[in-house]
Amino acid sequence: MDTNTLQILWFCLVAVMLTFYVILDGFDIGAGIVSLLIGRDQTRRALVLKSIGPFWDGNEVWLLAGGGCLYSAFPTLYASSFQGFYLPLMMVLWLLMLRGISIELRNHIVSDLWRPLWDKVFGVASALLAIFYGAALGNVVRGVPLDSQAEFFLPLWTNWQPGADPGILDWYTVLVGLLAFATLTMHGALWVKLKTEGALANDSRTLARLAAAVALLLTGAVTVASFSLQPQIVRSFTTQPAGLIFPALAVVGLGIVFLKQGDVTQFLGSCVFILGMMTSAAFGLFPYVLPSSTQPSLGLTIQNTAAANYGLGVGLWWWTPGMLLAGAYTWFLYRRFAGKVQLDSTH
Amino acid sequence: MDSALALHRFHFAFTVTYHYLFPQLTMGLALLIVILKGLHLRTGDPHYNESARFWARIFAINFAMGVVTGIPMEFQFGTNWSRFSKAAGGVIGQTLAMEGVYSFFLESTFLGLFIYGEKILGRTGHFAAACCVFVGSWMSGFFIIATDAWMQHPVGYKLGPQGEIILDSWAALIFNPWTFWQYLHNMIGSVVTAAFVMSSIGAFYLLQRKHEQHGRVFVRLGVLAGLVACVLMLFPTGDGQGQNVARYQPATLAAMEGHFETNPAGQGAGVALMGQPDVEKGKLDNPLIIPEALSFITYKRWNAQVKGLKDFPPDQRPDNIPLLFYSFHIMVGLGTLFIAAMGWATLSLLRGRLYTSRPLLWMLFLLAPFPYIANTAGWMTAEIGRQPWLIYGLMRTSEGASMRVSAGNTLFTLLGFMGMYTLLSVLFLFMIWREVDHGPGSATPTPDTLPQPVPAVGD
Repeated sequence: MDTNTLQILWFCLVAVMLTFYVILDGFDIGAGIVSLLIGRDQTRRALVLKSIGPFWDGNEVWLLAGGGCLYSAFPTLYASSFQGFYLPLMMVLWLLMLRGISIELRNHIVSDLWRPLWDKVFGVASALLAIFYGAALGNVVRGVPLDSQAEFFLPLWTNWQPGADPGILDWYTVLVGLLAFATLTMHGALWVKLKTEGALANDSRTLARLAAAVALLLTGAVTVASFSLQPQIVRSFTTQPAGLIFPALAVVGLGIVFLKQGDVTQFLGSCVFILGMMTSAAFGLFPYVLPSSTQPSLGLTIQNTAAANYGLGVGLWWWTPGMLLAGAYTWFLYRRFAGKVQLDSTH
Repeated sequence: MDSALALHRFHFAFTVTYHYLFPQLTMGLALLIVILKGLHLRTGDPHYNESARFWARIFAINFAMGVVTGIPMEFQFGTNWSRFSKAAGGVIGQTLAMEGVYSFFLESTFLGLFIYGEKILGRTGHFAAACCVFVGSWMSGFFIIATDAWMQHPVGYKLGPQGEIILDSWAALIFNPWTFWQYLHNMIGSVVTAAFVMSSIGAFYLLQRKHEQHGRVFVRLGVLAGLVACVLMLFPTGDGQGQNVARYQPATLAAMEGHFETNPAGQGAGVALMGQPDVEKGKLDNPLIIPEALSFITYKRWNAQVKGLKDFPPDQRPDNIPLLFYSFHIMVGLGTLFIAAMGWATLSLLRGRLYTSRPLLWMLFLLAPFPYIANTAGWMTAEIGRQPWLIYGLMRTSEGASMRVSAGNTLFTLLGFMGMYTLLSVLFLFMIWREVDHGPGSATPTPDTLPQPVPAVGD
């Protein structure tokens, strides 16, 4: 395969893995938000946790595996963005830790202080993660002040304006963070609705509907803002109108959430919405993977960040069987633990 | 030393040292759990299965700690060592990505099935799940060792026009000669930790006359596996690893041994059992020497010449010679004591006296922390020994850090990790204490069998 094909192929593979991560870990992060917002008593929160129990750990593996593939295929992108987003990434790590231990520890002790404490940690860490992930995506779309060494460092905030000297947080990235929060709330609520019954499922339906409406409004706002802030997106969609298939996917996904009723159908609609949003962003920026906010020629593209050909080629040989296996485990796990969850059942 | 660089180094050293407290138990324990499940399949004795369940609970807590403290390691390659990642990511990204794709999916899927799925999987299926967890964790170890081995002894690469490091041979990366001994030495080291912890808990129960049936299983398996593993640590794996250091990192060998002066031709170099390196004066204070042993260990000839530290240019010598010397000697010293202790316990076991010998049980009980110290010292030997190189001979540690991340930002996150890990330590010890206190007899109440403080919602 020639260089260009290999680079584009690896770009697609990494994008698919990270999109899978957002869809899969997205529902258990969303479940954390559901637990925070409508988990009124310990039984409800226990049910929400049980609905993600066997899955959340495997879902996080998609981040590690996707991150590993990003590292091997686009080392310059990994090196540059991880240095530049130093502080928010470290905070994401702490949130992932707090979230992980709160899920693990909650059930070990029956106590009216212990469980609500960890439930709260779980909920708040999940909510903050959703916002951080959204803000991170916002940073990638807006661009960062790269130097000629492909390096940058962003403080958490400067003047809250997405200009030449931006911070991680400005009005635009916060807006994307809120969109991610609404989207994952909807996604998590649809998951909880799918996996539970009764009052909790009913309340989840109401929450999902509300979150979907907010997500719809914010999607409009973020779309307008993105087109005005990032000229590359305009170029991509005007020169290759076929790419409009990706935003169309997002519209169809959200449409299914609003118009259909079935538990599985609605959840899949939400998956399609996330898929459409992620692929729209990737297509809109292509061939950039991290644009420059100061001078377009300094932006990172798949060409100037990719590893050498030999590594990309040999990588396909272990990636393909490895991911087939991983897909098989994932399918097996979701099949094994399909169906509604209840308390008081034995394992 | 530039303070940002020093902080980046300490940041990684602190987080990786803490992280490795957990995998070193789980990798070895995965093997011992497979053995316990296998013994149960063969003999039908329920004590083996209850023992396996007990250790699976200890495993799960340690595994969770390993996961949450392991994710920061992958991140830090980019956040704190960005120049290194940019240069070498195309090579070591291969092994790190393979770890994610091949090990983590396997482990995360089958650990859940192993912990929660005994009823739905049946006896054989549950044994198979234990085997999958074992294979996943030992593969994970392999990919990490292969990554470290490449930094210790880079192979299978060529340099590009801008000095970037380009992968040239995947097979050379995977079959790096450094990997073989380091992998075996490291994995058997984790069996040592698991075996010592198992016999320690067993001795704890026997001393208290609680859970005695299980305590005997723990002591028996722990002592036998411990003795075998300790012997294998010395020979052939420790010896093989030493040969690699002598061949590929001779300056490191000289520093580890506190060997400052090249021995004259025809006169063997001795091994210093103890001493305090005085780097300024270039000598070892208060040495306790076995004559000619260093020549023999290194080259299998009693009078071979071993190049002394003074004959290496200063910029090729490790930058913290005393710490390297002590790490190496603590590792070897403890390893030697372990063989004696486990050999003694095994003799007593074979004569049928171990379960009632309180002094020996006390010894086994108190030994638990020491393999952690020995394994940590071993890794410090490997990593401090590699200095001043980040990739041996190719990239200096000072060239690999993230230069745009200031010392202030690095200290901020270092303090954050210290706080977070203090919290994790307290919670971890508390959870482990609860499991040990509860014991292996019956299952710990699972979430669903616990009484719910609030009545179930009506629907």
